[in-house]
Amino acid sequence: MYRSQVLICGGTGCTSSGSKVLIDTLKEELKKNDLDKEIEIVVTGCHGLCEKGPIVIVQPDNIFYSNVKKEDIPLIVSEHLLKGRVVTSLVYEEMVTDNGLKPLRDTNFYKHQTRVALRNCGVINPESIDEYIGTGGYEALGKVLTEMTPDEVIQVVLDSGLRGRGGAGFPTGLKWKFASGNRGNVQKYVCCNADEGDPGAFMDRSVLEGDPHAVLEAMAIAGYAIGADQGYIYVRAEYPIAVARLEIALKQAREYGLLGKDIFGTGFNFDIELRLGSGAFVCGEETALMTSIEGNRGEPRPRPPFPAVKGLFESPTILNNVETYANIAQIILKGADWFASMGTEKSKGTKVFALGGKITNTGLVEIPMGTPLRTVIEDIGGGVPNGKKFKAVQTGGPSGGCIPAEHIDIPIDYENLASIGSIVGSGGMIVMDEDNCMVDIAKFFLEFTCDESCGKCTPCRVGTKRMLEILEKITSGKGTLEDIDKLEELAAFIKDNALCGLGQTAPNPILSTLKFFRDEYIAHVVDKKCPAGVCKDLLQYKIVADKCKGCTLCAKNCPANAITGTVKEPHVIDPDKCIKCGVCMSNCKFGAIVKE
Amino acid sequence: MSTVNIKINGTDYEVPAGSTILEAARLANIDIPTLCYLKDVNEIGACRMCVVEVKGARTLVTACVYPVNEGMEVFTNTPKVIASRRRNLQLLLSNHDRKCLSCVRSGNCELQQLCREYGIEDEAFYDGERPHYELDDSAPHMIRDNNKCILCRRCSAVCEKVQGIGVIGPNERGFATNIGSAFNMGLGSTSCVSCGQCINVCPTGALYEKDHTQQIFDAIADPEKIVIVQSAPSVRAGLGEEFGLPIGTGVEGKMAAAMRRLGFDKVFDTNFSADLTIMEEANELLDRVNNGGVLPLITSCSPGWIKYCEHYHPDMLDHISTCKSPQQMMGAVIKTYYAEKNNIDPKKIVSVSIMPCTAKKFEIGRPDQSAAGVPDVDIAITTRELARMIKKQGIDFLNLPDEKFDDPLGRSTGAAVIFGATGGVMEAALRTAYFALTNTELEGDAINFKQVRGTDGIKEATINVNGMDINIAVASGLKNANEILRRVKSGEANYHFIEIMCCPGGCVNGGGQPQQPASVRNFVDIKALRAKALYDYDEAYELRRSHNNPDIQKLYDEYFEKPNSHKAHEILHTSYVKRTVNGN
Repeated sequence: MYRSQVLICGGTGCTSSGSKVLIDTLKEELKKNDLDKEIEIVVTGCHGLCEKGPIVIVQPDNIFYSNVKKEDIPLIVSEHLLKGRVVTSLVYEEMVTDNGLKPLRDTNFYKHQTRVALRNCGVINPESIDEYIGTGGYEALGKVLTEMTPDEVIQVVLDSGLRGRGGAGFPTGLKWKFASGNRGNVQKYVCCNADEGDPGAFMDRSVLEGDPHAVLEAMAIAGYAIGADQGYIYVRAEYPIAVARLEIALKQAREYGLLGKDIFGTGFNFDIELRLGSGAFVCGEETALMTSIEGNRGEPRPRPPFPAVKGLFESPTILNNVETYANIAQIILKGADWFASMGTEKSKGTKVFALGGKITNTGLVEIPMGTPLRTVIEDIGGGVPNGKKFKAVQTGGPSGGCIPAEHIDIPIDYENLASIGSIVGSGGMIVMDEDNCMVDIAKFFLEFTCDESCGKCTPCRVGTKRMLEILEKITSGKGTLEDIDKLEELAAFIKDNALCGLGQTAPNPILSTLKFFRDEYIAHVVDKKCPAGVCKDLLQYKIVADKCKGCTLCAKNCPANAITGTVKEPHVIDPDKCIKCGVCMSNCKFGAIVKE
Repeated sequence: MSTVNIKINGTDYEVPAGSTILEAARLANIDIPTLCYLKDVNEIGACRMCVVEVKGARTLVTACVYPVNEGMEVFTNTPKVIASRRRNLQLLLSNHDRKCLSCVRSGNCELQQLCREYGIEDEAFYDGERPHYELDDSAPHMIRDNNKCILCRRCSAVCEKVQGIGVIGPNERGFATNIGSAFNMGLGSTSCVSCGQCINVCPTGALYEKDHTQQIFDAIADPEKIVIVQSAPSVRAGLGEEFGLPIGTGVEGKMAAAMRRLGFDKVFDTNFSADLTIMEEANELLDRVNNGGVLPLITSCSPGWIKYCEHYHPDMLDHISTCKSPQQMMGAVIKTYYAEKNNIDPKKIVSVSIMPCTAKKFEIGRPDQSAAGVPDVDIAITTRELARMIKKQGIDFLNLPDEKFDDPLGRSTGAAVIFGATGGVMEAALRTAYFALTNTELEGDAINFKQVRGTDGIKEATINVNGMDINIAVASGLKNANEILRRVKSGEANYHFIEIMCCPGGCVNGGGQPQQPASVRNFVDIKALRAKALYDYDEAYELRRSHNNPDIQKLYDEYFEKPNSHKAHEILHTSYVKRTVNGN
């Protein structure tokens, strides 16, 4: 028995901010202080507050150290672990009050959250099946296999109101029900979509890295429900930590007899194989994903037939997203009513969102459906940094849309977001402030979808390219009002005519920015100005003669030799030579350089 | 058959359950345009030309693959549908080189046709970046021009799903997607068998045979050259389509007349050498059966099949008859027997063949195909190229008189003319083998071996001749050929004789035959109609057994002595080479 545990986050965010070095340093320090028998190091998954990483938590005291550096470790060991004195200077600042430390769960970041899918992330060692079992893991599988019929399992999932967390929000129970016919007589498959590809989205990654067994257990439950004995997890090869932890989890589950033949002695067989995707965004589309598992070029195919009828290897198949699966065991154990008590009328439970962009607390948050957008942005996210003004939030990644500031009080659920031209999607939230150009944002997402188009159907293959070209024309100041009409028509056409979800939703970023920020488009084509000062071709850097002291710093730093002037005299920028890199502006100590 | 009730454009219809919207609309006499769809071959819903509105559907749906269901309401021509199809065409055109004036397919291009129907006036509406692709002319038989490709994938589907080869397919993705071979190798460096099925299904001018007609015009214009032409059985069943005649119209007489007017010095019939092939091959079979040779014996007429076997089943080459194909036999006989008899230096002869086939362009360059020390055949052109020559020379084909082929290599039998249909070589061989084994002739309806007729990809039968059971199999299309070989290798089947044709349905559907648009292909069995023309000739010909051809008998009497003689082996037989799957 250890008297204390030190949890160090081994998620991708904290790993990239240096948690690996902390682990090594802590090991050495514990040994040096003869504490290695008393104190255990637990490498966990993500805590969500990636902005403050690397994160170190000391249990059972529940002290949350943030932004920990290698040099801080000896202090934490000598003070906290050896002498029992909390190092307040290193504690997450939100916990520190005049009246001492307040619990982590009362901080703004955590107090609005309800962690269901993420419940074990950051809490247990994801590489230990015992820790998963210790928190009730595999109890749900035992329960369904020994106490429930497959139809009862499906009914519970139906009653819970759980909807697909991958983007489309299709009722999970219904999906299972469609695939449940003819059990035992035909080969069926259970697939897991872990091909998370939206820019800035990392909720599935966190679940896989922090709680891989939750996915395996849910897939086995799904297999029992529909009558399948084989599962596939299609996971991106770019998620090395997730892949490694899944492999460990699979091995452990097989060793414990929780996967394989005759699970719990009930005669139920189920095993899972990993399939690594090479990063094509379209392989997150269900039919493309299955085509890829089959060993073919990852391209979508027309539906019907739907996967529940004819899916992987032409067999009935269900495909759910990682986060969807992460809810299943909890629903089985706590009941459909418990799950349905959270959320809104049509959107039950919680949803994980990845907060990014112009937001103080970049990270991962799980909130009950129906939480107002404002709570997420201002309370949990800590608002827009640097005193800038909140302009919009882009939800749902490249398939989603932009929600402008005027809708900040909207309660987040599938229906509400759809009603204003956006989607919940997989849960990406990119916050934008006054310095973001909405035309440029649309162009960014179009570049992504255009690049990721598989090239199968005409509207997406050629259409996204042509939309991108029109956006490039507009952002370079060569656009006309007719171009905006052409863009809008093309967007509507692609939405109606593309083969798969990728193509059908590719125009959404354009359509929603046109809807809410049309004036910005018009400013680009009529005034030839970019109001946010982003689109380089429409910008000019100028030196305000009155403010310029002639210090020459700008001229010295200009990589294009575009600035001339004599010492102590106002300088000038030659617009023909200027490459609009902005180096002069950031170097000027007198605020004499402006862009307009 | 169960049916469902649907509404199309407001009218009620009862259509077979399981139909697609496209098929149901066809039954209602409503045409829905398609580009990528090829029934049973390419059902991928990619081009989006066939979009229609379905009541309650979130987006437009593709009629080609969307199944009908009870109560469905379909609208095939709403303003939204029409506008979508127009935009789709404009997008395709924005990435197409639009060089219609010089395009080989101008006039029978499916894209051009649709643009005309949909009144695309502003063809440059969506113009933007358009990549330029180099032509792939590395293969002996064809050219790939990706600048005209609309990425419908009919070519790659037919290559992979029908022929089981798959040497072309999409490379790259998104806007950069292009059809090509793995690692952008030229087609000539792959195990492409030159069948040309991809050309037949291409809706545009992206794929076409290498045109060798100018060489023929030059040869004809050269007074030093004696230009002798032969034309294959299937050409007479297809050529008429190029001049607007219904599919399956036989034009043997007009074809002979046209070739004469083009200026060929002699107009011979590959049918003659088909009869000769039967004499050699039937006797080879009997020899193998009687003397414990390698069995089953497999036919060797189809150069696409030969190349396929060399690449994919090199262990089976001993099974293939050593007989040259009829094209090569005719070429060899022209440059040996005919040249000697008429005292012509074979080097002065330009031996031309008109074939329904693109692989014949490959075959003429094979080793061991030069009986007189010069190539047996110098120039092989397709049915399409012949039509092009006729049109170029201003010959009024439809009003030509019916004429005969020239002697002595122009006379043939019904056994020869059916070579063009799958099962035809088998039937012809059986007619002669029967005689060889029984010394009596098949009479009446017994001459028609119906078991091996029809367009099924695989046909099997056991024929009893004089108390001896001969197990036979017939396959057309290389995927079917592969299946037959699997059965042989696994011991599952015990055949004596197998006919394999590279193209589905045999040479009548060869890669050099007139192109029919998908709107015809999807609803009409072209190969069956063309085959019928050949069976009609068989019935109409005076002679129907190869061994009854008096000029064949004369050829043996005067020159070869007997089938499979030493001299016959030197001139009429050939050898094969082992190849690998990934190389040539």
